[in-house]
Amino acid sequence: MTRLSTRHLIGIKNITEDDIRLIFETADNFKEVINRPIKKVPSLRDITVANLFFESSTRTRVSFELAERRLSADTVNFAASTSSVSKGETLLDTVNNILSMKVDMVVMRHPAPGACVFLSTRIPANIINAGDGTHEHPTQALLDAFSIREKLGDVTGKKVAIIGDILHSRVALSNVFCLLKLGARVRVCGPPTLIPKYYAQLGVEVSHDIRDTLRWCDVANVLRIQLERQDIRYFPSLREYHQYFGVTRQMVDELDREIVIMHPGPINRGVEITSDVADSGHSIILQQVENGVAIRMAVLYLLAGIR
Amino acid sequence: MQAGKILLTRERFALTIERLCHQLLEDWGDFSNACIIGIQPRGTQLSNRIFERLKVLTDNPSIDYGRMDITFYRDDFRMPDGPLAPHPNEIDFLVAGKKVLLIDDVLYTGRTISAALAALQHYGRPDTVELLVLVDRRFNRQLPIQPDYVGISVDALDEAYVKVRWQELHGDDEILLFEKKPI
Repeated sequence: MTRLSTRHLIGIKNITEDDIRLIFETADNFKEVINRPIKKVPSLRDITVANLFFESSTRTRVSFELAERRLSADTVNFAASTSSVSKGETLLDTVNNILSMKVDMVVMRHPAPGACVFLSTRIPANIINAGDGTHEHPTQALLDAFSIREKLGDVTGKKVAIIGDILHSRVALSNVFCLLKLGARVRVCGPPTLIPKYYAQLGVEVSHDIRDTLRWCDVANVLRIQLERQDIRYFPSLREYHQYFGVTRQMVDELDREIVIMHPGPINRGVEITSDVADSGHSIILQQVENGVAIRMAVLYLLAGIR
Repeated sequence: MQAGKILLTRERFALTIERLCHQLLEDWGDFSNACIIGIQPRGTQLSNRIFERLKVLTDNPSIDYGRMDITFYRDDFRMPDGPLAPHPNEIDFLVAGKKVLLIDDVLYTGRTISAALAALQHYGRPDTVELLVLVDRRFNRQLPIQPDYVGISVDALDEAYVKVRWQELHGDDEILLFEKKPI
């Protein structure tokens, strides 16, 4: 099978295990491409991609842009802060105006959950979700699982802990869907106020004990506390959060085996993770970033490759 | 399934490859400052055989040999069933300044070789590039590309299909001609 079951990548919830494995196999080839002296192939030379970022981003935007350019696609970048959105234009009007300039694919980040689904039912272009509010961030979950597969050989049967602000994290939700589809065991860990009750129904374990979770897991994916999305106080202070849920060198050293430390970035050093863990040999944080380009190339190639 | 007409039997198949190897030996000597690149996926069976035989004939066990995938360079990678699936690239040497022998099984429209030449540029600037194919469908070309070494030439209509079968993959070495591409 060489075809994805969908025309858009809205979320991991909507794609199949076969889709995920096809993306991984294609990304293996692109990983080889981006490690060559000439990191570029001409596959998408006839495609124009619009990167619409209605919310701030560094890694994801740069990663998508590099992926597009390494596939030889033409790109247009758009940031909400410098556009007519601030003059009151609607999302659909903005996108339709951009599409009338003959754009084939849209990569979109938007603060409203469901913004990509909304667009996908109204416009003809392929849509890739680069994060919609607190809903999903599918390419991040794919690159996380791809990095685990690269480090440990396979994802199936591995125990993965997602630690931190689960409530506000689109990375957590996409990761849960992706890891469960690939047959991993998943546990979420954080303060009770930051873990939504419905998580228990997704088929994951819930824990509030960081030391026990680190002893249990093969991989710890540590998430950032998203203060910008928190409208009320979910815990007394960052200092207290760090004392109870921060991953420290001492905790990692106490374990009887090596675990893999991941973080989707941006890191708040000294809050959810200390610098000596983030920069240690356990950490694959920078490999995640490298794999992000390969995964995004694979997604673009597979979505653009249907005649 | 339609029966194919046999163009080359097992014995003639082996003789053809042997003859190609000797032709190469005459023109390329011991393959110093040269390399062999098979095109994935179907050219690599042929290039594996030629590489193994040339190692013996040239008495040079360290000929540079690679396998190149050209999927990302094709102008026709979009298919109704989804894009073409890529294969691994295995080229662990530089081609800059070298004589390169490209190997594929069937030369038909010339589009594969055109993509291969584009792909090859990304591994450096080769000195010269020559092309060896097992089957040359010489009247079906869509681009100005000609082989330097040919196993057999086949004159067939556009809709005909030439299939190369390999002992390792299909149980026997032979070349078949079908009136239409089998579905």
